[in-house]
Amino acid sequence: MKISWWKILSIVLLAYAIIGGLLLPVPELTQLGETIRNLYFHVCMWFAMMILFTFSVAYSIKYLRTSSFQYDIKAKAYADVGTFMGLLGYSTGAIWASYTWADPNNPAYASFGSIMREPKLIGAAMALLIYGAYFVLRSSIIDMDQRARVSAVFNIFSYTMLFPSIWIIPRLLPSLHPGQEGNPALNFNDIDSRMRMVFYPAVIGWTLLGAWITNIKIRTEMIREKNIL
Amino acid sequence: MIFLLLITVNSLVAQTTAIENETMASSMRSNGKIYVVVAVVTTILIGLIAYMFRVEKKISSIENDLKK
Repeated sequence: MKISWWKILSIVLLAYAIIGGLLLPVPELTQLGETIRNLYFHVCMWFAMMILFTFSVAYSIKYLRTSSFQYDIKAKAYADVGTFMGLLGYSTGAIWASYTWADPNNPAYASFGSIMREPKLIGAAMALLIYGAYFVLRSSIIDMDQRARVSAVFNIFSYTMLFPSIWIIPRLLPSLHPGQEGNPALNFNDIDSRMRMVFYPAVIGWTLLGAWITNIKIRTEMIREKNIL
Repeated sequence: MIFLLLITVNSLVAQTTAIENETMASSMRSNGKIYVVVAVVTTILIGLIAYMFRVEKKISSIENDLKK
């Protein structure tokens, strides 16, 4: 067994993100309190998702250029893990929102109606559902070449839809979600420099963990399909 | 004499437990017990990484078998 350097890097960065993320000082904000530390976990899930989807669409384009079946396997695996990261981001966001956005005088489900009207939440759900359609499309075509070609084209469409649904539309509408006026967490003016020291390594660490899981999925799939590769 | 010795030992033991309590207070029980959370989350991370290594090892050995 040979472990690549980036897998070790992922472990080191994740350990730093968790220990540093829980212990290092953060700015004190009303309403958010200590939950601002979720930036190292919740936001990183979305960043990892974006990066993994970018890899996925790159492999889809590569498949369309070369018709080599291994790129189809890679595109599918990256989309798989990216969607998984997105679902984790969505559910962690739901927990976070129910303690910061919801009215503390009422039970959390009483604020459900107004929270569900959040454009960012609807946009993220749309983006994930489009990726859900990608997997449905894949599993509904039996012919392998056709499946690879059609789903590669659809993958380009779903990646393009990510931008209006999670980046553009939520910024045009009033929203409670941070990042209305710029790039959330990337803007040098709105993120505290102490938090940046943990946030960027955390993004890299979680993304590398996602890439590691994808790597194992790809290798499993390559063994399963070894007769046609 | 024995009584005196017992008292000394007893007070020593009491002292060490007091010190132990203090060290517990200064690390694991301080700061709203945040270190307990750190310990729990780190344990989960270690378990997760160990599992990743296990899967990695398994798939490497299958790959090696196929190469032969």
